[in-house]
Amino acid sequence: MNPLIPLFVIIPLVGAFLIMIIGRFIKEFNKYFASLILFSLALISFYFLFTTRENSFVYKVGGWEPINNIPIGIYMVMDGFTAIVVCIINFIGFLSAFYSISYIKRYTSENYFYALFCLMIAGMNGVVISGDIFNIFVFLEISVISSYALVAFGVEKNELEASFKYQVLGGLASFLILFGIGFLYWKAKTLNIADIKGAFSNGYDKTYYLFVQILILSGFGLKAAIIPFHAWLPDAHSSAPSPISAMLSGVLIKAVGIYVIIRLFFNMFYISEGMSVLITTLGTLSMVIGVFLAIGQWDIKRLLAYHSISQMGYVVMSVGIGMILVSRGVRNEVAALAITGGIFHLINHAAFKGLLFLNAGAIEYSTGTRDLREMGGLAKAMPATSATSFVASLSISGIPPFNGFFSKLIIIIAAVMARFYLLAALAVIVSIITLASFMKFQRYAFYNEDPDKKKNSIKEVPFPMLFSMIILSIVCLLLSILVFPGIRELILTPAIDILMDPSKYSSQIIGM
Amino acid sequence: MKGMTLIVKKSTQLIAGIIFMYGIYVIVHGHLTPGGGFAGGVIIAGSLILVTLAYGGEFLKLVKEEAGTTIIESMATIMVIMIATAGFFFGTKIFFNNFLPRGVVAQLISAGVIPLYNIFVGTEVAASIFIIFLSLVIFKEESPQ
Amino acid sequence: MTAYIMCFILFLVGLYGVITRRNLVKIAVSMSIMEISTFLFFALLGYIDGGVAPIVDPADPVQTYVDPLPQALVLTAIVIGLATTSMMMAIIIRLYRKYGTFDIREIKNLKG
Repeated sequence: MNPLIPLFVIIPLVGAFLIMIIGRFIKEFNKYFASLILFSLALISFYFLFTTRENSFVYKVGGWEPINNIPIGIYMVMDGFTAIVVCIINFIGFLSAFYSISYIKRYTSENYFYALFCLMIAGMNGVVISGDIFNIFVFLEISVISSYALVAFGVEKNELEASFKYQVLGGLASFLILFGIGFLYWKAKTLNIADIKGAFSNGYDKTYYLFVQILILSGFGLKAAIIPFHAWLPDAHSSAPSPISAMLSGVLIKAVGIYVIIRLFFNMFYISEGMSVLITTLGTLSMVIGVFLAIGQWDIKRLLAYHSISQMGYVVMSVGIGMILVSRGVRNEVAALAITGGIFHLINHAAFKGLLFLNAGAIEYSTGTRDLREMGGLAKAMPATSATSFVASLSISGIPPFNGFFSKLIIIIAAVMARFYLLAALAVIVSIITLASFMKFQRYAFYNEDPDKKKNSIKEVPFPMLFSMIILSIVCLLLSILVFPGIRELILTPAIDILMDPSKYSSQIIGM
Repeated sequence: MKGMTLIVKKSTQLIAGIIFMYGIYVIVHGHLTPGGGFAGGVIIAGSLILVTLAYGGEFLKLVKEEAGTTIIESMATIMVIMIATAGFFFGTKIFFNNFLPRGVVAQLISAGVIPLYNIFVGTEVAASIFIIFLSLVIFKEESPQ
Repeated sequence: MTAYIMCFILFLVGLYGVITRRNLVKIAVSMSIMEISTFLFFALLGYIDGGVAPIVDPADPVQTYVDPLPQALVLTAIVIGLATTSMMMAIIIRLYRKYGTFDIREIKNLKG
């Protein structure tokens, strides 16, 4: 019973409402207070990352102990996989909040921005630490409703329309998730993730199980923007303010989309081969279609948003390969390698996509435009921004020694070892097209001749924005050490063990 | 915004107080009968919205009301978390612990800390629904059309 | 069995409204109808034959109660539905102020 676990939800919640009260009286209070809260949360999450090795921590809210080994309370679980995602959420949240100290000056009512930001972080933390499915739904709604308001923050025409489209599709997704939870409760009569697996161990109706799996996959797939559920993503991610775009694309689609799919399909459902082939197919389609839709874009943020779809396709494809091998019951070490590649790519994508969106925000702050054809020659005027943007572009294209190379290499090797040669070839081709697309971005934005010759008025961005971007680019370089055997044992292997072992998660939750 | 006719004003004078008392009854008996924080809070907000719609208000008065109600809502949420944290310090180290004495079943003062939760959650829900109404009215009033 | 079919018909009515209506406010109201059908389905799940409402009466304490857990879940989900609907209404009011129309076919500023 570790009492530090509910702090992830309680601290940002108190912080959001304190910002609303005190921010009315003291003018400068809200920005520094938000950064302080998120910094303390990042420290607690790093503490958990380094102390959760093989054992999981469980916290029962209210102290309700299980009766006859049936869990009756609300459980909060912290194991290897959760520790990684919690670190990503809080660290990138802290850097975005620090970046927005100087970026949000252009908008009015800064008070509400920081309060909604803290609420979004509280919701995302709640999703990843909860141990039963209805709590996942409640915290998911908290974070997603805050993000609807944040996307429409600067109330112009584009942003309101993007937020409305996002809301209709997001509401449909929440409805599908609630429906799936209802169906699960009908037969299992319990809401705990570990207990539902036990309730279906005696045999189940195959048609019913397939229906529930399709409902849950559609609902969370809409949140994670997999093809064919991707229609809201380019509008919402390109119209939001830049730190919110970095949070949405770098953290939200992972914490409430991909994380829940991986957790529920490995630890709650019994995997069948048809479902895993479906998930792999959806991942491959996302990977290919996302990058082909991204080539012809001239708006910086729409380009980056389409690339998000493609990179999430990498993660889903790699996890799907692992699922196929686990469901056949053969070659466990190749399955472990595939899932390692997927989770490592998840971490890397959070880092470099966050950095790319912060760079796009810096470009927009200095030049006032988002169109690639209207800017040029920024490498001399903004040296730090162009250097970090170069680092991020090399990372996402998969060039050594940056982190994108190692994670894509692991995915391709796992696909080849599992004898899915077509998927490996597609992964290589998509990586080459990604490189071409980002070379176009670099050339037109930074190394071109300026078509309007207004170089004299462009200055470097202020210090808080520079600080976040430089820290993220150093992290991009440092994350490639996660592939070395000593450090991989510390961080990535506990996550893989919890996911792949069919009884480890249940025995650690119910036995406690 | 303009108020309504004399008949509506007189009816509201008779009814709004009774609706408010009914809302308080639903909140306070939350551990004995169905209802509790959410439902009682919505009823209280209903009575406040009824009074505002029937009598109207000046623009500045509505802005000041909204500022005050925001502070009440934030204070109520912080009080909920304070009670949860107080359970951390009395007794074992668990948030949301039920640390007050339980009492006898089906009496008004019983079930530990649950009536306190109901009262603060009810205040918060009433304040937030009233704020939604007020901010939409203020948005309509402040634009020149 | 009839009750479940009624829930399904309500869901289909809501889905028809979201897909085919042009007015923004009608889309928001149809979304609300779709969510209400889910709440009815949830509340019907907990029914046990011969059960009474789950309120403990100190006179005769041991009876067959219906399942109270889905009722608690529906209460929470109703409040979440309220928040979603009010958020949509706020965006619709601002959209009307910017574009001058409620028609969804006129609001096509973002392409590609």
